Amino acid sequence: MIISNFYRLAIIAFLMQWTLVHAQEAQPLQTNSAVEAQVQRLSEELRCLVCQNQTLADSHAGLAEDLKQEIRDMANKGMTDQAIIDYLVARYGDFVRYRPALNSTTLILWLGPFVLLLAGGIGLIFMLRRRQKISTDQPLSNDEARRVKELLDLDRKA
Amino acid sequence: MKSVLRALIPLAIFLALVGFLFKGLFLNPKEIPSPLVGKPAPQFDLPRLDNPEATFSPKEMLGKVWMLNAWASWCPSCVEEHPVLVELAKTGIVPIVGLDYKDTRPEALQWLEKGGNPYVAVAVDADGRVGIDYGVYGVPETYVIDKSGLIAYKQTGPLNARNLNETILPLVEKLQAQ
Amino acid sequence: MIPEIGHFSLILALLTAVLLGSIPLIGAARGNAVWLGLAKPLVNVQFLLIAFAFICLAYAFATNDFSVAYVAKNSNSKLPLQFRIAAVWGGHEGSLLLWALILSMWTVAVGLFSKHIPDNMRARILGVMGLVSVGFLLFMLIASNPFERMIPAALDGSDLNPLLQDPGMIFHPPMLYMGYVGFSVAFAFSIAALLGGQLDAAWARWSRPWTTLAWVFLTIGIMLGSNWAYYELGWGGWWFWDAVENASFMPWLVGTALIHSLAVTEKRGSFKAWTVLLAICAFSLSLLGTFLVRSGVITSVHAFATDPRRGVFILAFLVVVIGGSLALYAWRAPKIGRGGQFDVVSRESFLLANNVLLAVAAMAVLLGTLYPLFVDALGYGKISVGPPYFDAVFAPLMAPALFLMGVGPIARWKESSLPELATRLRWALAISLILAIALPFALGNFTAWIGFGLFLAFWVFVTSFELIYKRLAKSTGSLMARIQANSRSWWGMVIAHLGIAVFTLGVTIVKGYESEIAVKMAPGEVAHLAGYDFTFDGVKAVQGPNFEASVGQIHVSKNGKLRTVLEPQKRIYTVSGMPMTEAGISPHFIHDLYASLGEPLGDGAWSVRIYHKPMVEWIWFGCLMMGFGGILAIADKRYRLRNRSKNDTPSNTSGAAV
Repeated sequence: MIISNFYRLAIIAFLMQWTLVHAQEAQPLQTNSAVEAQVQRLSEELRCLVCQNQTLADSHAGLAEDLKQEIRDMANKGMTDQAIIDYLVARYGDFVRYRPALNSTTLILWLGPFVLLLAGGIGLIFMLRRRQKISTDQPLSNDEARRVKELLDLDRKA
Repeated sequence: MKSVLRALIPLAIFLALVGFLFKGLFLNPKEIPSPLVGKPAPQFDLPRLDNPEATFSPKEMLGKVWMLNAWASWCPSCVEEHPVLVELAKTGIVPIVGLDYKDTRPEALQWLEKGGNPYVAVAVDADGRVGIDYGVYGVPETYVIDKSGLIAYKQTGPLNARNLNETILPLVEKLQAQ
Repeated sequence: MIPEIGHFSLILALLTAVLLGSIPLIGAARGNAVWLGLAKPLVNVQFLLIAFAFICLAYAFATNDFSVAYVAKNSNSKLPLQFRIAAVWGGHEGSLLLWALILSMWTVAVGLFSKHIPDNMRARILGVMGLVSVGFLLFMLIASNPFERMIPAALDGSDLNPLLQDPGMIFHPPMLYMGYVGFSVAFAFSIAALLGGQLDAAWARWSRPWTTLAWVFLTIGIMLGSNWAYYELGWGGWWFWDAVENASFMPWLVGTALIHSLAVTEKRGSFKAWTVLLAICAFSLSLLGTFLVRSGVITSVHAFATDPRRGVFILAFLVVVIGGSLALYAWRAPKIGRGGQFDVVSRESFLLANNVLLAVAAMAVLLGTLYPLFVDALGYGKISVGPPYFDAVFAPLMAPALFLMGVGPIARWKESSLPELATRLRWALAISLILAIALPFALGNFTAWIGFGLFLAFWVFVTSFELIYKRLAKSTGSLMARIQANSRSWWGMVIAHLGIAVFTLGVTIVKGYESEIAVKMAPGEVAHLAGYDFTFDGVKAVQGPNFEASVGQIHVSKNGKLRTVLEPQKRIYTVSGMPMTEAGISPHFIHDLYASLGEPLGDGAWSVRIYHKPMVEWIWFGCLMMGFGGILAIADKRYRLRNRSKNDTPSNTSGAAV
């Protein structure tokens, strides 16, 4: 294995010497990098409809490729992100957006986590303050402490 | 009492969740409703399959209730759907226009020759651009278009006796009566 | 014949599980020692029966018995043996069998390592696990029998999904299931404690190592899945917020909260009700994940073929198990004592804050995962919730949790002082801020997000090292002695926290600095990315055991010196005709070079995507560190069951560990 790898590397090294002289630059598939960045950005936010659950960027399905091309054409025309998304939503519905628009249907979705966080935070502060006032509770009651000790002794014997 | 109620919160949330999950079992997450329903059918001018020189445009169908059926010779579920279309065409209830989606002409012609031609016209959408305008994401798909050129209904997936008789034909009848 | 024996063995296992789920529980309620004593033998018999059934199914796969419908659906005579074995859990029925097998293994383990637990408590724990097992075995026998025959037998199988024909398939599902099912132990401990009314520090101590162990498996399982997606799916992503990934991530988040909350319950007797609730939730979310994958209510790349009948069964099972335990909780929780008292500024409150954040994060993931279902069920149409949503919501929830990781471990139990903490942390704060601003400028691209991510990572690093330094300085003797002066569980915590820092650093750097190009490459052509020259040597055809591959060769050099060779592949699996990409990756500590083959463009040219992914391996290395930290914590002396030395005091002298 090691030897064959060595030979392989040697052959490649030889090939490289050769290609260094003859090397040609590979052509990028797409030339306009600003447009490509926009296509990439958008296709990461859009859902491939034929796939189970993938973004357009991740999919190589026929329709996904077509839609990426369509987005590229629109980007080349100078359309904004929003205009392109609106174009696709008009045809395929809100389902294509992986970032759901904020509206009355998605209000709970977008605000929910932060409302929960707020509620959790308030609950936490409330609870801590109340706890501070009640100082009667002992860490472990004597009974409990004895039981723990017993059990741990039992444990040690085992 | 307050603490008992508080302890019930997790159970309540869970039971609400179960309600949704149960409902979810009878929904199909893959079926995507078309936002085009109730909107004018997108216009196009595409070459006809039988005669590449001539074109077809939805304008020609104004005043009629008709169906646009996106299909392709490479599509497996179209095999299942095709005889249903042929039968429907024989009844003459509703004209069906084909949208030959991302297909090659010879293969499409061969398909119609073999299985019969249910279409009053077939428009060739070779690059799938018109398909995108109609929101086609998986052939076969069928649109019911009313007399004024508005899309009344979209069926994703093959037509069969059941969805025709239960949904589509009653709708066609209603639209024709208008 | 063998499949029938396997089937029969499953039926016997179900009967055993029914006995296990009833006799010991009744025995515990009535105080009948004989009935209690039956728990352990039943546990062992159940394990042997399920293991035997599993072996029968594996045998059917190994010998290509295509008269078994499940084998015919998930295997093929050309499939290499290791994948034929992994194919046992490649489909719905077999993966359930794996679930049941792993559950019975955990049950046996609890039976073996619970000599120190009182008899009736142990009997209740094993009984609860037996009840869970009844559900799964019943489900398998009624609606998902892996041994079902098909007549006539298939000539050959329709092959395992090519996506699953990967070493990842051998390790990822068993690890993940070990984690999922492992939470059943913590769950059973909680239910047993609620039933018996024995929620105390001893209960927390017993469940802690089990919970940590399950958490370690889940962490590693998720890590393996993420790494698998990274090299298998061909575009270098490592987390997609897919519904099924989320289904494994939610129990992880809740399990992480549980580990921390158990620590407080053990040390201080506080949060008992909350800890029990978390233990119930961690396992419930594991079960919910099983439901989501198998019921078809959610679209996912991982979903098994669906059948509404199965969905109804699992849902009913969820209602019984989760609904029942939450009802038990509602009944018993109000009577649970409050536990030790502590100050607003104390380690307890920091841990509680961490718990709130983790629980909210888990709820947010649940909300995002199920929201499309809610909207659809209410008739508001179809929407998608994907990575952009989760990224936007998850980061703000996790950032404060990371910040707390720097504060919590140095705060004192019971009562700490804010000014004192501030004094101790100000240097760590200054250093991490400086590093977080300086590093992006050194790397040539500063954005607020990169700076913020780096700050959090460095914050955890610096505070952890400060903590280590202080601890080592406090003890005396050689370095080794100083290290040993601190308990293993303390070291486990520190290493797991450092793992989070490593993970965060990896995520931030790779998100901020990765680059890619898409080129058309003919043999001999060169592309440039991140200072490297990628030369395409062409593509050769290679015949695999059950696929045909086009293997590309790209040699990578820097300044004329050969660095590595990438061999991305495109495979066509002969049975299914499905194309698969295998990325060519050169993994490295500093960065990965990653190439994937696209389509042939004629004349030997191909479309090729090349990625430069700095520090991406740190993501998985961080997870490994977390797992290692967990193992260290389990190995702590106070959990050791045998050879306990007499002078080993239970509450370790080196201070409290979390």
